[in-house]
Amino acid sequence: MDARLPRMLKDAAVTALVSLALGIFIVGFRTYDIGKGLTFDYQLVDLGIAIVTIFFGRLGLLLASTGLKWPAFALGVALGAIGASPLKLPSGFLHWFVVFAGIIIILRTIWPWVDETTSRANRSPTGVRAGHVAAKWFGAALLVAAVVLPLTPFADQQMMDLAVLILTYVMLGWGLNIVVGLAGLLDLGYVAFYAVGAYSYALLSTQYGLGFWTVLPLAGMMAATFGLVLGFPVLRLRGDYLAIVTMGFGEIIRLVILNWVDLTNGPAGIGSIPGPTLFGAVFAETAPAGHRTFAEMMGIPFNSNQRLIFLYYVILFLALVTNFFTQRVRRLPVGRAWEALREDETACRALGINPTNTKLTAFAVGAMFAGFAGSFFAAKQRFISPESFTFIESAIILAIVVLGGMGSQIGVVLAAVLLIGMPEWFRDLGAYRMVVFGLAMVLIMVFRPRGLVSHREPSLRLHPVHRRGSA
Amino acid sequence: MAYFSQQLINAVTLGAIYGLIAIGYTMVYGIIGMINFAHGDIFMIGAFISLIGFLICAALGISSAPLAILLVLLMAMAFTAVYGWAIERVAYRPLRGSFRLAPLISAIGVSILLENYVQLAQGARPKPGGSIVSGGYTLFTSDGFGVRVTWLQIIIVVVTVVLMAGFTWVISSTSLGRRQRACEQDMKMASLLGVNVDRTISLTFVMGAALAAVAGMLFLMYYGVVDFFIGFLAGIKAFTAAVLGGIGSLPGAMLGGLAIGLIEVFWAGYFSSEYKDVAVFAILVLVLIFRPSGLLGKPEIEKV
Repeated sequence: MDARLPRMLKDAAVTALVSLALGIFIVGFRTYDIGKGLTFDYQLVDLGIAIVTIFFGRLGLLLASTGLKWPAFALGVALGAIGASPLKLPSGFLHWFVVFAGIIIILRTIWPWVDETTSRANRSPTGVRAGHVAAKWFGAALLVAAVVLPLTPFADQQMMDLAVLILTYVMLGWGLNIVVGLAGLLDLGYVAFYAVGAYSYALLSTQYGLGFWTVLPLAGMMAATFGLVLGFPVLRLRGDYLAIVTMGFGEIIRLVILNWVDLTNGPAGIGSIPGPTLFGAVFAETAPAGHRTFAEMMGIPFNSNQRLIFLYYVILFLALVTNFFTQRVRRLPVGRAWEALREDETACRALGINPTNTKLTAFAVGAMFAGFAGSFFAAKQRFISPESFTFIESAIILAIVVLGGMGSQIGVVLAAVLLIGMPEWFRDLGAYRMVVFGLAMVLIMVFRPRGLVSHREPSLRLHPVHRRGSA
Repeated sequence: MAYFSQQLINAVTLGAIYGLIAIGYTMVYGIIGMINFAHGDIFMIGAFISLIGFLICAALGISSAPLAILLVLLMAMAFTAVYGWAIERVAYRPLRGSFRLAPLISAIGVSILLENYVQLAQGARPKPGGSIVSGGYTLFTSDGFGVRVTWLQIIIVVVTVVLMAGFTWVISSTSLGRRQRACEQDMKMASLLGVNVDRTISLTFVMGAALAAVAGMLFLMYYGVVDFFIGFLAGIKAFTAAVLGGIGSLPGAMLGGLAIGLIEVFWAGYFSSEYKDVAVFAILVLVLIFRPSGLLGKPEIEKV
């Protein structure tokens, strides 16, 4: 018997006890509304099983971290087997919970080995080259895959819907990345500019009959103007105050949209918003007067998928514009000033960079892209209401940027696929999606604060690799 | 006049609740300089534990209201404090020394986690709490409008004042309070002088969570209904109160809470109740722009 065992047992017991204190009221007693007043029933068995799982889970993690690999591995496998067995646990959730506990222990056990192997592979000559090649071609491969996706047999309606959704979030993530990743300004009200863009398009198209491509730049300008007006007074504030104020602005805009019924139709929202057109051709079975349908223009039979595929290419184009803009602007003085400001504001001020103006440009540019994405959203949904622009939406976009590794463009894509795509594929997890979401944000900050893709190519090298450098 | 007096009484009650939550924000900000975004949700947890506590009391046949309130108060404080402790331990402590925005992002994660955890465990529908204390006292009547102060409002204000006095005493004259103030001024120096910094910070979170639990119980008794989302708005308003009063200052938090209560109630009473939250957010923005140090706070000097 190992002498460390009693200490580990005690630690696991304390963890279980704390979990018990946390769960006893909220999980242990489930309240029900029975007409007049509340009643409750006990869920103490569920709670008990969860606590026991937590006890063994913690024990397994401790075993793994002290190097007792095989007992930890055995414990992990045992938990996984119990969870996956046809044993009648009180709820489906508990099965998942136990299985996850087992998987986490197994991962923790093999982690040192995986870590060492991958880092050794990364350091070896072939590994270094492979890494370079992969980094260089991964983005290109992803792009090619994105372009040909609608032509592949996988592109049924469900798939295309999901792809459009993911790309919308990729675009929003890239837009927010300018503000958060490059300029280092934590913006918790990003969805406000998305809403401004969406409402700009919805109102201009339904009230004045303007088309999508006319309104798109207007919506971007409108959102950027909002960014300037809102940003100007607050950008002198320090990081965390700025975050809270932007969240306040986000809520103010949502509440104004909700209550200004004359303009926005309030909580009922705006419906029958026209979709985008391609050189004047609409994507519908029959065209309104003065227009023709895409199918007529091309002389092909009508198919309801055409609209989705067109929307897909529109958002792909918009997202790529955002990405291209960001890549280019990072090489301009203003982009470098953003990154310098993120690293050290005081030093920037000493070097003569005007922090307020620099931040303001980042804020406005980020807002503009949110405006573009917003008007696309309105055109795609054909119906918008204040429901779509709550704080949680801002938090999701921020989570994508943070998870991707702030400032990394490819990371945003991976994170968007992970956070938006996963819950759609695993419908059963629907209710637990936001719990996992919150947990993921915490765990990433604790374990990988630099995000999934932590490597970031510096936009400027002090000692250029080739030739005499005068940067 | 009668309408004004009635609104004033309601505003002070609401302000007391906001003040109690605001103390949690202000203490944590004072000691480690982070905005504990999840504090509003700790308040929500406190309200839910109180709700379930009252139900259990009713099931056990405790019919005396003062006894039930006292029991639930202690229980809610104790169990919500565990939440405060656990959150600090798991989500914030490992991030000390990470980049500046890391704890705030982590706190947003905790906030999302807590809201959805309660929604999953207890359902999304609002929970009616029933009235535990009813009745009141009519102060005076003018123009046929009776100005009433309910027993509940008196309880809320008295509990708040007692707790405020207690916590001011703890901060100003106990050894724990001295340690907290030492950590606030210079964490490294305090640890060199033998202050257990980690434990002091943990206790700060525990105290803040316990006060938020009291606010949660009072909120439940006052409004009679709670849901998983109450923490968001109440949290922002209490944060506004803390900023308005001068973040880091204990009397400031109380003063700010009172001010926010007054603004919200009078705005709703005299202008429009749809825009009362906008008014509070606007106050937050205006204060941060024109007087970031708040009413009673000390201006912050930025050091390299």
